Amino acid sequence: MSILSILGVLSSALFSGTSLLYATLGEIVSERSGIINLGLEGTLLISASTGFAVTYLSGNPYLGMLVSMIVGGLTNMIMGYLVIHRQANQLASGLALMFFGFGLSAMIGKSFVGAKIEGLPRFTVPGLSHLPKLYSSLFSFDMLIYLSIPTAIFIWWLLFRTRWGLGLRATGENADTAFASGRNPKLIRYQALFVSGLLAGIGAAHLSIAYTMTWAEYMTAGRGFIAIALVIFSRWHPLKAIAGSLIFSGAVAFQLLLQSSGVQISPLLLDTIPYIITLLVLIAWGGTRKQSTPASLGRVYSGRE
Amino acid sequence: MLRIKKYIQTPLLKSETLRDTVIRYTLMILMVIVFFGLILLINGADPFQSYKDIFTNTLGSAYGLSEVVVAMIPMLITALAVAVPWRVGLINVGGEGQLYIGAAFATWAALTFQNLPAWALLPLMLLLGMLGGALWALIPGYLKAIGLVNETITTLLLNSVAPKIVGFLIFNFWHSPMDTVKTQNFVPAAKLPAFFGTRIHLGFFIALFLLICFWFFMKYTRWGLEMTAIGGNPTAALRNGIPVKKYLIIVMCSGGAIAGLAGMSQISGYYGVLLLNFSVNLGFMGFLICWLANGHPLGIFLMSFVVAVITTGGNLLQLTRSLPAAVINILLAFTLFIVLARPKFFGKDKV
Repeated sequence: MSILSILGVLSSALFSGTSLLYATLGEIVSERSGIINLGLEGTLLISASTGFAVTYLSGNPYLGMLVSMIVGGLTNMIMGYLVIHRQANQLASGLALMFFGFGLSAMIGKSFVGAKIEGLPRFTVPGLSHLPKLYSSLFSFDMLIYLSIPTAIFIWWLLFRTRWGLGLRATGENADTAFASGRNPKLIRYQALFVSGLLAGIGAAHLSIAYTMTWAEYMTAGRGFIAIALVIFSRWHPLKAIAGSLIFSGAVAFQLLLQSSGVQISPLLLDTIPYIITLLVLIAWGGTRKQSTPASLGRVYSGRE
Repeated sequence: MLRIKKYIQTPLLKSETLRDTVIRYTLMILMVIVFFGLILLINGADPFQSYKDIFTNTLGSAYGLSEVVVAMIPMLITALAVAVPWRVGLINVGGEGQLYIGAAFATWAALTFQNLPAWALLPLMLLLGMLGGALWALIPGYLKAIGLVNETITTLLLNSVAPKIVGFLIFNFWHSPMDTVKTQNFVPAAKLPAFFGTRIHLGFFIALFLLICFWFFMKYTRWGLEMTAIGGNPTAALRNGIPVKKYLIIVMCSGGAIAGLAGMSQISGYYGVLLLNFSVNLGFMGFLICWLANGHPLGIFLMSFVVAVITTGGNLLQLTRSLPAAVINILLAFTLFIVLARPKFFGKDKV
């Protein structure tokens, strides 16, 4: 097999892993503030469908991306209202949001199934444009791929080097203490969910506007849940999330390579690799898990008694 | 030490009179109807006509009612698969995966022992289905009991793995000569018998039997009491000499076994064939139903009925109003949102 096909596989793996990184970063932000959002799948679907619809109607992928982000943030506000304001169970609310996403995205995307759009423009990696066209096309990525690692670093900076991030993490560890030290846990959690939704929206936009450039019902195909698993894999740390999503991309690439080299392993079994790796890593790190899990993840903060 | 988080929370409000409760639920139902009516209107469907269709084809006719009961069967069982581990404080979000593995085990028996009579084959499939689910639940149960990984996470991860394994088995070994996405139709002996000339199959009575067993077990046996003790305070239970770890593993496996049974009942009673991705989030629906019912057997029955009416009505809308099938998820979600938000329409709004 040629070097060209290997490069092609790596390039497509990078495309499929990018949306996951953004979604994982988003989930890290909300889980650091103490909210586990199982509805990520729903948020991704709603964002992906509205982003695609706006891009199709306006012809402007940047506008589609922007709308996708905002819609992601707003969708998470439903979750916020339920779990922060009404103090509902986080797991149940997340699953309800997931069902909402299934339905709403199918409704929004109904008239766009099979439509084609001009996706986000792709730029060749600087310094490689002198390569033959066949090769350089494999090194041309959209801006969201270039921005993915800087975004992860930015989220790390936001969480670990700003006062806002300190307050957010404190809320995730112990909301009462955060309140006692003069912060507003409810407001912080709303903010965290909104930021989380923005990031999920970027991920979804990458999926529908930059990568596949089509809309299909349930196109996320479990990415939301992979992202939730990757959050644990990366131990709630934005920079380790890069490694997590690279492993996922690597598994995808590995699977494509095996297929193209004619090895007879069912793609369905290869699909399970990322989950199994995540599970093994969780087991290996089980003993030290308590140090990194936000202590009040999943707990209701009821405010002053 | 064992640390079991308390996610459990009752959806009912404290200190509320019966009159208030009735009015509150009526208003909640009205809100759902109005919201979803708007959605229908946006989609160009006549809401009144659609609601009328839904009513006549679910509650308003004998056939409709029987279809609702058919839709209830897997929900009852998967909800029970959540309710049992719930009692010791375990969160089983993995019904979806356990259901698939149970279905796969049962399918193996159905395809291998085609010549057995029904009285031997069906119990065998039932037992294998339960075994499959239990084995799949053993992984999270064991990891939780030895204090390594939280069961919520493991069950979620394994949910994504199980359907792919089943898909692999179908594609590579079991698919029928005509079709690659499903097995050949089961022989009649491998199908659960249906009753009353409808599609209601034996699974319904198995589900009811299990619900009654669960209620009896929790209320009248020592093990039920010990499980409640573990759910209340695992440390105290351990100090009182209850073998908590053993309980956690066994109870999680029982939950898995019940979910596996749901898978068996779906393929044997409903489809009569193992399909790729046959469960449409039944495991997650079971979780939500159990949560809404607060793990109580009677509540599980009632909530399954409500959710079954919604999903059955949704299938109808898809046929007659040419809406995407998934749109009914909006109605389901609105119902859940409103129950989760627990709005109080009068008096002081204290959560």
